[in-house]
Amino acid sequence: MAQRLGLMAHSFPGGVHPDQYKLTGELPIEDFPLSAVHILPMKQHIGETCSPLVAVGDRVLRGQKIAKAEGYVSVPVHAPTSGTVVKIEEHAIAHPSGMGMPSIFIESDGEDEVDESLAPITDWKNTEPTVLRERARMCGLAGLGGAVFPTFIKLVQDKRFPIETVILNGIECEPFLTNDHRLMAEYAAEIITGLAIIKHMVGAPSALIAIEDNKPEAISAMQEALIAADLDDVQVVVLPTRYPQGSEKQLIYSLTGREVPAGKLPMHVGIICQNVGTTKALFDAVVLGRALTERIVTVSGDALPNPANLRVRLGTPMRALLAHQGLDDLSQVQIVHGGPMMGERLSHADIPVVKSTNGVLALSKGFMRAAHTVEQPCIRCGHCSEACPVSLVPNLLADQCRSDQFEKAEAYDLFDCIECGCCSYVCPSNIPLVHYFRYGKGQVSLQRREQAFAEASRQRSESRDARIQREKDEKAARRSRVRKTHAPKPAAAEKEAAAKAGDVNSKPEETS
Amino acid sequence: MPMIMLSSPHAHGGDSIRMQMFTVMVALLPATLFSVYLFGWLSLFLIVTCMAVSLITEAVCLKLMQRPLSTLLDNSAALTGLFLALTLPAATPWWMAVLGSVFAIVLGKQVYGGLGYNIFNPALSARVILLISFPLNMTTWIVPMSAMQPLLDLYNFSDCLSLFFMGPDALKLGFDAISMASPLGHVKTEATLGVSVAEALKAYDYSYLNAFLGFEAGSIGETSALALMIGGIFLLARHTITWHIPFSFIGTMALLAAIFNAIAPDQFAPPMFHLFAGGLMLCAFFMATDPVSSPVTPVGQIVFGIGCGVLTWSIRSFGGYPEGAMFAVLLMNCAVPLIDHYFRPRVYGHGRDKS
Repeated sequence: MAQRLGLMAHSFPGGVHPDQYKLTGELPIEDFPLSAVHILPMKQHIGETCSPLVAVGDRVLRGQKIAKAEGYVSVPVHAPTSGTVVKIEEHAIAHPSGMGMPSIFIESDGEDEVDESLAPITDWKNTEPTVLRERARMCGLAGLGGAVFPTFIKLVQDKRFPIETVILNGIECEPFLTNDHRLMAEYAAEIITGLAIIKHMVGAPSALIAIEDNKPEAISAMQEALIAADLDDVQVVVLPTRYPQGSEKQLIYSLTGREVPAGKLPMHVGIICQNVGTTKALFDAVVLGRALTERIVTVSGDALPNPANLRVRLGTPMRALLAHQGLDDLSQVQIVHGGPMMGERLSHADIPVVKSTNGVLALSKGFMRAAHTVEQPCIRCGHCSEACPVSLVPNLLADQCRSDQFEKAEAYDLFDCIECGCCSYVCPSNIPLVHYFRYGKGQVSLQRREQAFAEASRQRSESRDARIQREKDEKAARRSRVRKTHAPKPAAAEKEAAAKAGDVNSKPEETS
Repeated sequence: MPMIMLSSPHAHGGDSIRMQMFTVMVALLPATLFSVYLFGWLSLFLIVTCMAVSLITEAVCLKLMQRPLSTLLDNSAALTGLFLALTLPAATPWWMAVLGSVFAIVLGKQVYGGLGYNIFNPALSARVILLISFPLNMTTWIVPMSAMQPLLDLYNFSDCLSLFFMGPDALKLGFDAISMASPLGHVKTEATLGVSVAEALKAYDYSYLNAFLGFEAGSIGETSALALMIGGIFLLARHTITWHIPFSFIGTMALLAAIFNAIAPDQFAPPMFHLFAGGLMLCAFFMATDPVSSPVTPVGQIVFGIGCGVLTWSIRSFGGYPEGAMFAVLLMNCAVPLIDHYFRPRVYGHGRDKS
């Protein structure tokens, strides 16, 4: 039987060991009650923004599509509960800048009536992968580990890049967060079924389920479910706890020794990675016929009285989550969306939960002060370079970004940075390295966009010039043809006169 | 908190410049204590003077540059002062110690923009300036208290005070009476007279054990290889430095010395002699590993260490000066930006065989 506990064969360089703060690791998932109003931003994934399908006053059911996907890299948005659409306007989203996005406001009617239009596909084993893929898209599935990449795009069979192994990412290396941990402990059977569906969809012969060693309950639950499911060539692999083990590229290297080449995707090395939360959502979408309307959120932090793992409907205001767990006065805390290493710090809590919300943390000012004190000059100690899992040289990169030397930064592989935060974590000078990288990447993206625009303008201008020139040439050609046809014939008398006058005085022949 | 937009990460490992510098000072404690044992009050005077003047000079510079004086708390000026003191001969007069400290802080660090911007190791640049400006004083080694009945009692406070402020004339002693040659100096002078290394060491009554423990003439902090190695291992254990520079520096020295000693033992000293002599241990573990002036990348650090080793050995064996470690480190400091550029680690996803 292949369901053994495997050990990691390779170790990615660098990484750090932050305090884990898994305050909610043993706490079972609790249901969070419906809110009075749910706010659904039009973009909860990487890709194109959706456009609303409903109007103010419409009644919607739970799981009903309320915004349609635009373009290829996009997935629809669904109503989290039944109710009436009261507003469609801009509202703040979980971004550190405090920016807003068009959002649909749904007032709950308390009935929580479910839209049953999607039929469960119980015989998925004999269903065409393309049908299952469309189901994943229709249900709005995106990567629930935090990256929210539209799931259906990954779950494809491409003959040029056959998939050998599916990796289920149950690592959850961020401090505080335990939603994947609890999902695996409580819904192991569903996740295993979801894994089987994925294997069927991509045609992969084998799979690995990667879990960090700080989750013994999850490991044993997944092991038992795996044995019960009797799947071929699937293993649970336990990896030592280290940040950022859960980063896709680092995980692939740890498990298989393969590196995803720069600019390429895991499928180019024959691997598909999927978060366990997304896998469970896929199970719900295929086997139960449910669209993505809720997710598990770890509400925690060193300044929160009652940390918990909550099952939350999308669109729930974060303020409600914190209040439910005992924190009403937010003036003395900092709110972080996600984990402390890569999460976004929000300036206020009136922001809705979205598909990427794996955690809402209330951190004390003392906690934050350690990471955000006065920046001192770089002493070139090299600890950042030692900690970088991608083997970059962060201090040189940050210097280049800060002094606007973007070509040099690109040459030093700025765009390979995964923004994990290991470098800033170890910096003795408290330099906000990741901040400089984000600035650099933003400026370079802006420059590239401007260049592309300028290039397109130049091309338009050149084709216009070419067209005008072409028209001019055509006109000239026409004119000369006309002239030729109507040109006066050289008279015999003229010729005689020219011959008499002598060669020297003869007029040059008319050239037509 | 004044920040408007805080970028992740929001957690920090707790390291600070202060902690790093303080760890190095703790690592220097064995060598410092031993220097006081060997050279008594003179050591103390030098250490106190250099550290105090360094701090004062830095305070003045910070004021002139309109920077907060709290920068002094990062311990870097104090550390530079301590380093400089440990590289000085015991009989250094007070004004040379003051001058050296001012040079170290101003010309070694602040003119470049302060901590983190200097190209050269500040303490070593000051030491070299002093050596070239005052060659006699900088190569005069007082007989340490471990030797048999030295003429000068270095545990006598008033004698040392007079010597420190007014020179040996105040004690009615000439420099020759109270000083001796260092092992390196002795071997170099004898070599010019055609004496082989082995004979020179015999005439010097050289003992490897004494050299390792530190009972020999030299700068106040550099004599004891043992004390410095203890400090170096402490730094490695605390992860303040990595093994790359010290091991490649010392390894290259040992290798070169071994090869050439095997080829021509009369001309070239054996490896153990080189490892325990002069400022090698101090430079390899403490000076060359100064984070600001050394490479950031691991392979770069090895290249740096090898370069230092080659240069030190070459200067010692072929050059005019008996001691080459400080010149070697400063010369390699020049090459650090280039080394950093060309010896960057291979980035994930680049450079492996394309599949």
